[in-house]
Amino acid sequence: MSQPAAYRVSHLDALEAESIFVMREVMAEFERPVLLFSGGKDSIVMLRLAEKAFAPARIPFPVMHVDTGHNFPEVLAFRDRRVAELGVQLTVASVQEAIDAGMVHETPDGMRNRIQTPVLLAAVEKYRFDALFGGARRDEEKARAKERVFSFRDDFGQWDPKNQRPELWSLYNGRVHPGESIRVFPLSNWTELDIWHYIAREKLDLPEIYYAHDREVVDRGGMLYAINEFLPLRDGEQSFVEQVRYRTVGDASCTAAVRSDADVIEKVIDEVAATRITERGATRGDDKVSEAAMEDRKREGYF
Amino acid sequence: MESPRAMDLLRFATAGSVDDGKSTLIGRLLYDSKAIFTDQLEAVQATSAARGDEYTNLALLTDGLRAEREQGITIDVAYRYFATPRRKFIIADTPGHIQYTRNMVTGASTADLALILVDARKGLVEQSRRHAFLCSLLRVPHMVLCVNKMDLVDYSQEVFEKIADEFSCFAMKLEAPDLSVIPISALHGDNIVSRSENMPWYDGPSLLHHLEHVHIASDRNLVDVRFPVQFVIRPQSTVVQDYRGYAGQVASGVLKPGDEVMVLPSGFTTRIAGIDTADGPVDVAYPPMSVTIRLEDELDVSRGDLICRPNNQPSVAQDIEAMVCWMDETRPMSVGGKYAIKHTTRAARAVVRGLHYRLDVNTLHRDEAASGLSLNEIGRVKLRTTVPLLADDYRRNRTTGGFIVIDETTNRTVGAGMIVDAS
Repeated sequence: MSQPAAYRVSHLDALEAESIFVMREVMAEFERPVLLFSGGKDSIVMLRLAEKAFAPARIPFPVMHVDTGHNFPEVLAFRDRRVAELGVQLTVASVQEAIDAGMVHETPDGMRNRIQTPVLLAAVEKYRFDALFGGARRDEEKARAKERVFSFRDDFGQWDPKNQRPELWSLYNGRVHPGESIRVFPLSNWTELDIWHYIAREKLDLPEIYYAHDREVVDRGGMLYAINEFLPLRDGEQSFVEQVRYRTVGDASCTAAVRSDADVIEKVIDEVAATRITERGATRGDDKVSEAAMEDRKREGYF
Repeated sequence: MESPRAMDLLRFATAGSVDDGKSTLIGRLLYDSKAIFTDQLEAVQATSAARGDEYTNLALLTDGLRAEREQGITIDVAYRYFATPRRKFIIADTPGHIQYTRNMVTGASTADLALILVDARKGLVEQSRRHAFLCSLLRVPHMVLCVNKMDLVDYSQEVFEKIADEFSCFAMKLEAPDLSVIPISALHGDNIVSRSENMPWYDGPSLLHHLEHVHIASDRNLVDVRFPVQFVIRPQSTVVQDYRGYAGQVASGVLKPGDEVMVLPSGFTTRIAGIDTADGPVDVAYPPMSVTIRLEDELDVSRGDLICRPNNQPSVAQDIEAMVCWMDETRPMSVGGKYAIKHTTRAARAVVRGLHYRLDVNTLHRDEAASGLSLNEIGRVKLRTTVPLLADDYRRNRTTGGFIVIDETTNRTVGAGMIVDAS
């Protein structure tokens, strides 16, 4: 062509176009899609992409939050505000209610990450969701590096890493039998830094705990946990106030903060670009259980 | 804050085994571009030490599944990411043995560039020729042959040139579009990030420099307008009334408001009234943009239809000749077999009318007596579809020329097809 420079596509444009394509494929091929929305940065980006994919129409599917009952209040407030702005329907699958009903049991360590899975699967069955958008990225963790964009789950919600469908070109195979479902990961090819660049470009609001603030924390094995009703001080522990921010936002009982003075997005981007530790390694107690902790949870039907 | 605006995206596929030093090479690219993190490296070092490995096994960075760690093999395509200030890179890392042809084909299907590794001591082997053939079959536009372990042949120019010449001759037969050959040592970092002082006779770029600068913008087909309709957007809203837009991703060509277009398979012509995105209307759309097109006339257009130019149309065909790679371990493809097909956004059923030949991917010998295709086998197949496909030759258009074959009972993806001829 005469003016190839005029047809430039930046990496963020290419990632956005791919994610929008994936979301439209799901809407065209499935009966009952749902988007998993936690109020975390990845699901916020995913919701923005859904908004773009179907504009000027509204987002044509509901969102669901698996609520562990151990949430940061700032994140819940953000979730409700964002859902109201977009006019989408929110379903909350409550881990606390499932515990109260005797469906799942609290683990001895008090972490509720693993017991989210049965609650999620019960909600999928109840509402007959056949496609679930998740915000997982392949750069996060090595088991995720091998996951498909359209990831097949059997009627027990299980992932079988050895038995995945080949995924060629942009031809996604969404065919399932009743009871089976597909987990869809539109952000598969995004990295943590891409997410932050996109948040800056799109001027997306985030829960304030992503930016540096003073917080009362305790040091456990080199990780800084916020002291709150879900995570009280143990005997002999000393808490202290530190300037921190959260790189990931999950269950308040297993998500740690990092020391940071990044109080605006430009500083966060510089910090993420310079960091030498992965976000899950820096902040997630649940992945420290074993080398294949994520794979094991995913097999059971985790996000 | 660094500017992400200047960066573009390059997807490349690697094929090879641990013996070729592939994992070492990827590990080095990731490490030198700071895409490996301290906690990842420490975990790998600890595992390597516990297993008694003599050196840190960087393959453990990518082989994350239990079965892979236990068996010390790569069983699937692993995607890895790194970036330099110029480019973001996506690596589709695939195992090299013949039983993983399926994975290699998958990794190559989206690649802009293929990186093939040979051991300088061994030269070209059957596996290198097979990788090159698969990359040419999948029409990967750029190929880089890395002659690795140059340190073990005393950085010999003669050894390198012999391999480079042999490979170039072979690649010519494959019509490989763009070929580069680089002498490297992944272990020592020669010619990986910067030019090696050990090989002053080599005046080409380092591997990373090549990956950063190889020109991919013109690989896109900007000539043939192809817009497969993905989804019809019709807001049920009082704010936006009477809106009807056709959402999709531009497969090829350049579209502008006012352009005369034809909708297939109906054949009606109209003009583009507008091209919308969530950020507002745009005056031009080109690949790989995801946009929504409004047409001047009210036509019956639905998912699976295709917008093109009246004077440049794809074939509207039910008889399809294609190269098919079979991917199912349980049941072979057989003549008379019926399958589901997904081609662009269009679904069809197809019956296998004939198998012209099965191709030996190592020797390129054609076996015309073959009666079916088993796992990892490739052959030229004749299909008849229930509805017409809006198809181009795969060589001209990877999006409108590729399709997947799905088993209607198990719903598994069992084959990948590349259209050779559609009528």
